[in-house]
Amino acid sequence: MSLLDYLLPYDFSPLTILSYMLVMGFYGVGLIRMPEQDRPGSLRIFAFTLGVLICYAVMQTRFDYYAQYMFFVHRGQHLILHHIGPILIALSNPLPVMRFWFAKISPGWRHTLRPLGWVYNVLQQPFIALFLFVGLIYFWLWPSIHFDAMLSRDLYWVMNWSMLLDGLLFWWLIFDPRPPAITSSLGYGRRMLVLAAAGVLQMFLGAWIVFSRDMVYDVYEVCGRAWPLDPEVDQLLGGMLTYIPPAMMSILGILLMLRRAMHQDGKYTNQSKQLEETAS
Amino acid sequence: MRTRFWRQRTNIISATLTLIAALLLTGCFGNDEEDWNGKNISGLMPELEFDLINSQGKSVSGDDYSGRVRMLFFGFTSCPDVCPTALQKLNQATSGLDPALQDEVLTLFVSVDPKRDTPERLAKYVDFFGDNIVGLTGKEPQLRELAKRYRTTFGYDEPAADGNYAVSHSSAIYVFDREGNPRLLMRPDLSREEIRHDLVALIQEDA
Repeated sequence: MSLLDYLLPYDFSPLTILSYMLVMGFYGVGLIRMPEQDRPGSLRIFAFTLGVLICYAVMQTRFDYYAQYMFFVHRGQHLILHHIGPILIALSNPLPVMRFWFAKISPGWRHTLRPLGWVYNVLQQPFIALFLFVGLIYFWLWPSIHFDAMLSRDLYWVMNWSMLLDGLLFWWLIFDPRPPAITSSLGYGRRMLVLAAAGVLQMFLGAWIVFSRDMVYDVYEVCGRAWPLDPEVDQLLGGMLTYIPPAMMSILGILLMLRRAMHQDGKYTNQSKQLEETAS
Repeated sequence: MRTRFWRQRTNIISATLTLIAALLLTGCFGNDEEDWNGKNISGLMPELEFDLINSQGKSVSGDDYSGRVRMLFFGFTSCPDVCPTALQKLNQATSGLDPALQDEVLTLFVSVDPKRDTPERLAKYVDFFGDNIVGLTGKEPQLRELAKRYRTTFGYDEPAADGNYAVSHSSAIYVFDREGNPRLLMRPDLSREEIRHDLVALIQEDA
C-alpha cells in the first residue's frame, strides 16, 4: 500500500470533510482578518490546528479502517475524539475567533439562532454535561449497542460524531478560560468535582473491561480483525485505553483548574466587594 | 430570590432531562418480537448486492439469485477448519429441511482468496457441500468492496516455505430474506437445529 492509501479515507464521508474544511476555513480567515491585539499566539493556533487534525486523521484516513476492525484501535480513536482532540481545542481558547465571527452575524440571524443558545445552556449544566459525557461512553460500549454500531455504517458515524461533539462541549465547559468570578462560566470547584466524577466513572468501566474473563466485544471476532491479534490481548489493550488515559486526563484537568483557581485567588475580590456593597 | 428561583428551575430541568435520557436508553435496549437464534440485523446493513464471478467463471450480481433466502459466507477453499465446519453445518441445516423448502434457501460461499481459488477449484469445493450452494469469487477490489459493504474484512498472512498462507476472514453467516434485505447474522457456534429454525421462519414469513 502506498502512502496515499494510508492518508485517504477508508470510508469517505463528504459531510465530515466539509465540516472540517469549514472549521479550519473559518478559523484561518478569522485569524487573518481579526485585529492584531485579539489574535491568539502561535502556540494556541498550533494547539487548535493539532486538535482538529488528529480528530480528522482518526475519522478520515486509514486509521479508521483499523478502528473498525480492532477493538483497541477503536478505543484509541475515541480517546482522541472524546478527550485529546477536544482538550487541545478547548485549551487553545478559540474564543476570540468565535467572537470575531459572532460580531459579523446580523441581529436578525442572532435572533433566529437564539434557541441554539438555550440548548447550549441546558447541555452545559454541570450535571447534564457529566451525564452526557460519561453516559455516551457507557452507551456506545454497552455490548449489544456496540455490536450494532460496528455493524451499521450509519450508527458508526453517529457514534463517532456524537463522541466528538460531546467531547468539545464537555472540555469547553471544563477549560472555559473566562474567570468564573466575573463571568457566567462554571466555578472551579464544580469543574473539579465534575472532572473527578467523570474520572471515577470511566475507571469503573475500564476496569470492568480489563478484568473481564469473557469476550465482551465479540463483534471483532465475528467480523474479522484487521490482523490476527489474540482477541484477549485486543480486549485487554482496549480496556486499558478506556481505564488509564481518561483517568489521567481527569487528574491533569483538576491540577490545571487548581492552578488557575490559585492564580485568580484574590484577583477579583475588589470587584466582588463592590458587588456586595451595591447589593446590601 | 430571583436567582434562587432559577436555580430550582434548572434543577427541575436537569432532573427531567435525565429522566428522558434514561427512558430513551431503555427504549433502545428493547428486544425483538421474533425469537431468532441469530442476531437480528434488519436495517443495520444494506441489502444484498454484489458484482462477482461464479464457479463457472460467469459474472453474476445479487439479482441473479433473488427470490430465495440467502446465506452469505466469506472464506477460502484452503481453509483448514472454520470454513469446512461452517459449510458442513449449513448443509446439514438445509438438508434437514422439508424437501419442499430446500430449494428456497441458497448458500453463497464467497472466496476471498482469488489467487488460489480458480472457478474450477471453487466448483469442486462447493459441490462437496451439497446442491444449494454457489461458489463466488472476484478480483480483490471487488471482494474488498463487498467485505466493506458488510462491515467485515480479510487479510493474508505471509506465505510459509511451501507457498501456503492463511487468510483471516469473517466467521459470520449473513442471512438475507427473499427480497435481499439483511435479516440475521449467525455465529458459527449455532447448532444446525438453531440455524434451521431461523431459516424456516424466514422462508415461511415471506411465503
